[in-house]
Amino acid sequence: MSAHDICVSVNGVAHKRAVESRTTLADFLRHDLELTGTHIGCEHGVCGACTVLVDGLSSRSCLMLAAQADGRAVETIEGTAGNDGDLNAIQRAMIEHHGVQCGFCTPGVVMTLIELRRNLNGRPIGEDEVRRALSGNLCRCTGYQGMVDAALAVLNAAGA
Amino acid sequence: MISKLADARKGAHGLIGKSLRRLEDARLLRGAGKFVDDIHLPGMLHAAFLRSPVAHGLIHKLDLAEARALPGIAGVYSWADLRPRWQHDRMPLALHASGIKFDVDPFCLVKDEVCYVGECIAIVVADSRAIAEDAVALIDLVIDPLPAVTDPCDGLMPDAPRARLDTPDNLVALTRIKYGDIDGGFSRAAHVVKERYRLSKGGPHSIETRGLVARYDARDETLTVHSNTQMPHRAKQVLVAALGLGEHQVVVVNPDVGGGFGPKALFHPEELSVPTVAMLLGKPVKWIEDRYESFVSSAQERVQDWDMEGAFDANGRLLAIRGKLSHDHGSSTPYGIALPYNASSNLVGPYVLPAFHIEIALCLTNMVPATSTRGAGRPQGTFVMERLLDRMAKKLGIAREEIRSRNLIKPGQMPYSTPVVMRDGSHMTYDSGDYPECQKRALEAADWAGFATRREAARKNGKLLGIGLANYVEGTGRGPFESASIRVGASGKIMIASGATSQGQGTKTMLAQIAADVLGVAPADVHVVPGDTRATPMGLGAYASRQTVTAGNAIFAAANEVREKAIKTAAVMLEAAAHDLELKDGVVRVKGVPGHRKTLAEIAHAISGVPGFALPGDIAPGLASHVDFQINALAFCNGAHVCEAQVDPGTGHVKLTRYIVVHDCGTIINPMMVDGQVLGAVAHGIGATLFEWMRFDETGQPQTVTYADYLLPTAEVMPRVEIHHMESPSPLNPLGVKGAAESGTIAAPAVIISAVEDALRHLDLHIRDLPLTPPRLLALIKRAQKAGERP
Repeated sequence: MSAHDICVSVNGVAHKRAVESRTTLADFLRHDLELTGTHIGCEHGVCGACTVLVDGLSSRSCLMLAAQADGRAVETIEGTAGNDGDLNAIQRAMIEHHGVQCGFCTPGVVMTLIELRRNLNGRPIGEDEVRRALSGNLCRCTGYQGMVDAALAVLNAAGA
Repeated sequence: MISKLADARKGAHGLIGKSLRRLEDARLLRGAGKFVDDIHLPGMLHAAFLRSPVAHGLIHKLDLAEARALPGIAGVYSWADLRPRWQHDRMPLALHASGIKFDVDPFCLVKDEVCYVGECIAIVVADSRAIAEDAVALIDLVIDPLPAVTDPCDGLMPDAPRARLDTPDNLVALTRIKYGDIDGGFSRAAHVVKERYRLSKGGPHSIETRGLVARYDARDETLTVHSNTQMPHRAKQVLVAALGLGEHQVVVVNPDVGGGFGPKALFHPEELSVPTVAMLLGKPVKWIEDRYESFVSSAQERVQDWDMEGAFDANGRLLAIRGKLSHDHGSSTPYGIALPYNASSNLVGPYVLPAFHIEIALCLTNMVPATSTRGAGRPQGTFVMERLLDRMAKKLGIAREEIRSRNLIKPGQMPYSTPVVMRDGSHMTYDSGDYPECQKRALEAADWAGFATRREAARKNGKLLGIGLANYVEGTGRGPFESASIRVGASGKIMIASGATSQGQGTKTMLAQIAADVLGVAPADVHVVPGDTRATPMGLGAYASRQTVTAGNAIFAAANEVREKAIKTAAVMLEAAAHDLELKDGVVRVKGVPGHRKTLAEIAHAISGVPGFALPGDIAPGLASHVDFQINALAFCNGAHVCEAQVDPGTGHVKLTRYIVVHDCGTIINPMMVDGQVLGAVAHGIGATLFEWMRFDETGQPQTVTYADYLLPTAEVMPRVEIHHMESPSPLNPLGVKGAAESGTIAAPAVIISAVEDALRHLDLHIRDLPLTPPRLLALIKRAQKAGERP
């Protein structure tokens, strides 16, 4: 099994590692870096639980090889709270609107919403558009309504 | 006891009924949850399985040599290799069920006959999962195929092949519900409707798959299993029996669990083989189900064929229903007859049904065992009853809400005892509720009366809009008991342990909220340990929408005992009479005397004991209590759903545009969390009705093993669901609560199909088969259009 030397920035910290060719980015984050907040739900790129941001773009870390992340900047759920450990506005809204039940899909949902918030850049958003943005994240517990309401509240708040 | 505890609620702190934010959320939102796959133990090995590639056959050759020789492999084991470690040939699972003709417990690994695609044949243990899977590919397996049984009706034909060679036939159980004057009902009937319905297979699809980490410590001879089971105490019981260990040697612990929805309550074969090899190797072993394995090996349900007829009088009142239910039971019997029995008894629903006769045939098939998935049979029975009512309404030319009103049980009839005999021999009895009012509120909330205007507006825009209605009940809170203990520490922190478990429902918040309400403490100061056999000696866990009823009342009683003990102890400490004291906000004080007070922490400290000194007032040590809350009767929640569906007759596409639920689960502990349960359950029901279809070919090969083939509802297809509550407290338990976790699923198939048929009422369609995918609906539309063109 061939190995690759890679250097990946994860949540602002550079990691140099040797990885097997077949190691996915998700397994690299979870096993090599012990960042277990990124969850694996289907390993075929549909459920969205493993969503991370790679160079700012939401990506299925189960479909991307660790070797492909060489030289890139990865953001995971562990990097989303503030330096003081405080939850960010999206996370707080998820509590307020009961967007979380079992919490397994939640990290992927939060990463998707962080990307959406950056892309909107303050532009208001309607419910259909939020639902479309979240349609790549499967949740079996909530029926989605709580997370949709959380997203609408945060994304349409003044100064969002 | 009930009235005494009801009195205790007068001293409560107003937390019951509040939408407290959940204690679980912050950790999960940070990505700091600890799920089973997040557990890493030193020296841990990883397991993978060789699974049957065919639905039925005999193992002709199983050569493990090449797999064993691969570097990085710790062991490769077949049934014969592990049998010496087990007390029985099969897993000792049988649930008592009177109707079962032959108990067919599943094998942990196949002995010689494979009975479904995905059945475990060999377990491989290696340094990594990847190496374990490499070795699985090196196993030389040859199977002589046998004919497969893939349909419960075909499997019950006289010339059907057998699904298993170790049973005389496929009819594993034949049971019935029979009461009232059936023949008289049909002979008196002014109208009869006869229909046949077919519901298809779907799965639980918790986003976290099944998994466990097992570790055996030879030094203290203890097996510890970290598992995402819904029933840790049940898993422990099976492991004790299967491995011949003592209860003191087995610990089963839940980490955070990422959804359950039923099948995680079943003890699956991997839950025995992984601990067995961990004992054999003396090293921790992890197995996490991958999604393919989940599709083929996690229990599923809902394949049922219903051949039914209903007799009505001239006014649309039910006289009798009779028919036959053929149920796909899968390849073994780990779960008794509960599913088809639930389905049949729930058919009765909130209606007066004078006579009922259903023959229930359970057919062994070459499928993964059928066990509870959210709703557990009930959506099927409700679907059949509600469809029969719609058919009869159409036949009589009366409104759908009117035929229901004429048949609903009236509030003055509560408690309403049906002649249906339940598992424990009692009669199915609805404890409380106002079913006509519930339907009325749903119709009002939906503006049912104003629908004609909306239909017309949609028609002008070229859309076909329909509206549907369905009522249902659900027996919740199944006993016989659940445990909860509570202990106040000298630090003032409060610890709760319970046999109840959490897969995302908010079990910790629910238990903490009830205890905090009794003791007047901050819920955040209450630490809850659910689902840990070390923390709770006995317990059952999550199934049958039961935990708020059973564990909720257990913690309510236990917290009240702690409250009384705190007052009694404080009376000694403060030299005051107990009746002059009150517990408010975590402090016992003398009424009207400020400053004369003891905190719960001080009280707990005082009776925690100092070596050699007597406890104050000879009070028993510890500010603590343990209660096993016992209950047998079911608390029946109920509800009414209305939805509107827009149908595209050119494509068969159905879009749900509105969805209204009026829900009655008795006293509500946390409205936000109840809404969350209802929403999730409705989504599951929408999936089962319009999207989710686990398909197999005629040889029993699964055809839908990715989420590109098996469609789960997404945020985009879910309508906004409006939820309204009624609160008819259950007289069966002190809190007056009823379960809420599954009920949303139960009416969804019925109400959606009612709405779709209404949208296409000009075609007089009868939708009999679920799920209703666009190709299926399009075929029905085309057939109806063709029939309409005939002269």
